[in-house]
Amino acid sequence: MEFIVAILTGVLYATGIYMILRRSLVKLILGLILLGNGANLLIFLVGRLSAGKPPIIPEDSSVFTDVYADPIPQALILTAIVISFGLQAFAIVTIKRVYKVVGTDDLDIIDRSDEV
Amino acid sequence: MSDIQIIWPIAFHLVAAVVLIGFWRRVDVQRYVSVVANIIAVGIAVWLFGKVWSNGVLVMQSGSWGAPFGITFVADTFSATMVLLTAISALAVSIFSAVSISKERMRYGYFSILHFLVMGLNGAFLTGDIFNMYVWFELIIISSFVLMTLGGERPQIEGAINYVTMNLLASVIFLTAIAILYGMVGTLNMADLSMKLAEEQNRGLVNATAILFFVGFGIKSAVFPLYFWLPSSYHTPPSAIAAIFGGLLTKVGVYALLRVFSLMFIPDEFMTNMLMAIAALTMFTGGVGALVQSNIRKMFSYLIICHIGFMIAGLGMYTELALLGAVFYLIHDIIIKTNLFLVSGVILKIKGTVDMKRLGGLYDEYPKISLLIAVILFSLVGIPPLSGFWPKLFLIQAGFDTRAFVLVAFVVVASFLTLFVIARMWSEVFWKKGSGTQEMDRPFTYFNELKPIKQAVFLAPLVLLAAVSLYIGFGAERIMQVALVIAHDLKDTSYYLQAVLGATHSNTPMP
Amino acid sequence: MKSLILRTAANYLLPLLLLFSVFILLRGHYLPGGGFVGGLVASIAFVLHAFANGTESTQKFLAYHPGNMIPVGLGISVLAGLFPMLLGEPFMTGLWFKDPLPVIGMVGTALFFDIGVFLVVIGVTLTIIFTIAETTK
Repeated sequence: MEFIVAILTGVLYATGIYMILRRSLVKLILGLILLGNGANLLIFLVGRLSAGKPPIIPEDSSVFTDVYADPIPQALILTAIVISFGLQAFAIVTIKRVYKVVGTDDLDIIDRSDEV
Repeated sequence: MSDIQIIWPIAFHLVAAVVLIGFWRRVDVQRYVSVVANIIAVGIAVWLFGKVWSNGVLVMQSGSWGAPFGITFVADTFSATMVLLTAISALAVSIFSAVSISKERMRYGYFSILHFLVMGLNGAFLTGDIFNMYVWFELIIISSFVLMTLGGERPQIEGAINYVTMNLLASVIFLTAIAILYGMVGTLNMADLSMKLAEEQNRGLVNATAILFFVGFGIKSAVFPLYFWLPSSYHTPPSAIAAIFGGLLTKVGVYALLRVFSLMFIPDEFMTNMLMAIAALTMFTGGVGALVQSNIRKMFSYLIICHIGFMIAGLGMYTELALLGAVFYLIHDIIIKTNLFLVSGVILKIKGTVDMKRLGGLYDEYPKISLLIAVILFSLVGIPPLSGFWPKLFLIQAGFDTRAFVLVAFVVVASFLTLFVIARMWSEVFWKKGSGTQEMDRPFTYFNELKPIKQAVFLAPLVLLAAVSLYIGFGAERIMQVALVIAHDLKDTSYYLQAVLGATHSNTPMP
Repeated sequence: MKSLILRTAANYLLPLLLLFSVFILLRGHYLPGGGFVGGLVASIAFVLHAFANGTESTQKFLAYHPGNMIPVGLGISVLAGLFPMLLGEPFMTGLWFKDPLPVIGMVGTALFFDIGVFLVVIGVTLTIIFTIAETTK
């Protein structure tokens, strides 16, 4: 299971970076979203995968009696997802605005503010 | 032990932002609310600094969850100083915004976003938890994205694309580094990380994580190979926004670097050499980049990069004296860079352009304003005894102590490049005869037509920040005391660790 | 997209989904759920309504612009976080009434924080969606 998630994380990072290197603005944003998902999956992976072991103390005990899933990575991922939700909504509105103002999504044409 | 007052610099700006959203359509009210809120925020920051200065490190465990399990907020001298400088810069910027930002931008919630940005900065300075720092960084960048694109036309939107992309990438790298860190030692509290990372056997992974942190923060603070987004975006938004960006956003990256590399990753020989090489290249490329620009704002953008190099150099040498220089430079730089972009804003409002080829004769027309600007520029260059001089002195001395002569040479070269760039700007903009704007149909008279009271409000933030710069220059021994305490705490973190973890460690006897 | 089936279903689903979102909000502290998810469910209810009847009629139905919920929700959350400081506890310490109320369950500062989040999420999501929908026309 860990092996599959590790491979998936790598694939997400790789595709994310590949998409960022394209010239299209839409693909750039998609690449950043994929990278963010890769990072979230990485947090999940390094928090040790354990299926069906919620971190809840049973009613008849006052301590954990079994191995339990670490709740912190889940909290971190939830936070990161909420943040990236906001950022992605903003990024999508921005590229829409760029397309309206500039009339293209080719990054080579958009980058004119850099001229001396 | 719980010092609940630490939260005020953060919570106060949050309350201010919420109140400002409440006045969504009443832009006239928003100006006054924002300026008053920032004045109160300066008061809070001064009070916090005084408390930290007299009582030592303040710690708050939010939600009463003890360290290292909950989110800890820590105010040591470094954090309190940064909060104070942020408050001063934000006050100047909000006064300047009140008269210079267009009503359309205010109607889209400019001021409340400004307060969210300042809240994020204060949070990043005060947190003692690495993931919480990530959250504050996200808050900073999303506020800055909005300010960057607000009401923008083509150049501003195009600049924003570079800015948004690089900052999002930096956040992902930062998050990746946090993930690896958590997988490695299973904690996020920076004090706890400091102790656990020191015992970690897998040094290769620790160093790789350190590099990831360096790249993430390096993009944000615009160090050598990662700076190109800055000069292509900072000159596009209105001056007030560029001022808060130039003054604070790169510096929060430098703060994070200083914090992370003093607390969590103690630089080894390879790291210090790498940091010094990057510092030298940052200073050099920034200085040379500034040489070829004719747009004043782009020139200032390159000067930001150039001067980030000084602080990285201090971190790279990693002696107490070098850190003292870096921290002193940081204190000087926040105030002066904010002021520089406000200066460019004033020039723009007087002449209608910031292109040096079309400017000129400012000294003949406005001798008093020119003298004010001269004080600011001299502080930047570091004519003794003004504020830019002292930190460079410490850095050069530290360079001789550590026998880093090449780095000293670069510091000197970068200082001369700055001097040359500023001298050229002075002669082009202020001494060159003729107003230089003849090709326009009619002279640009926006500033002259303002009421005298409004002109005074335009110049008030410049005067305020110039006064602070002069104080840093002439009261250097006091600033040096503060910087010395900070540098000492950065070098010897036991006090910080004890303050954060002390409460929990006293319950369980240390092995 | 003016389908009779969708429109009829959306009209019945709107109150049901809103009720469900409040249920999710209230069970959130110790069980899966909470303000964020509840807010998303509530905003989905309105989005479904907007799909079926058009955004104008949803905006008319809401009477106020959803953006107004953002400062209200933020204010509630901030006050819930700051309230423990009046009693000398650190920011965001959870304070609870001793006895659970009927139907609602345990009441404490965390619940008010969640209610604030709930309102902010509805406000933000609907503002985003209405803005995008308006500009595509």
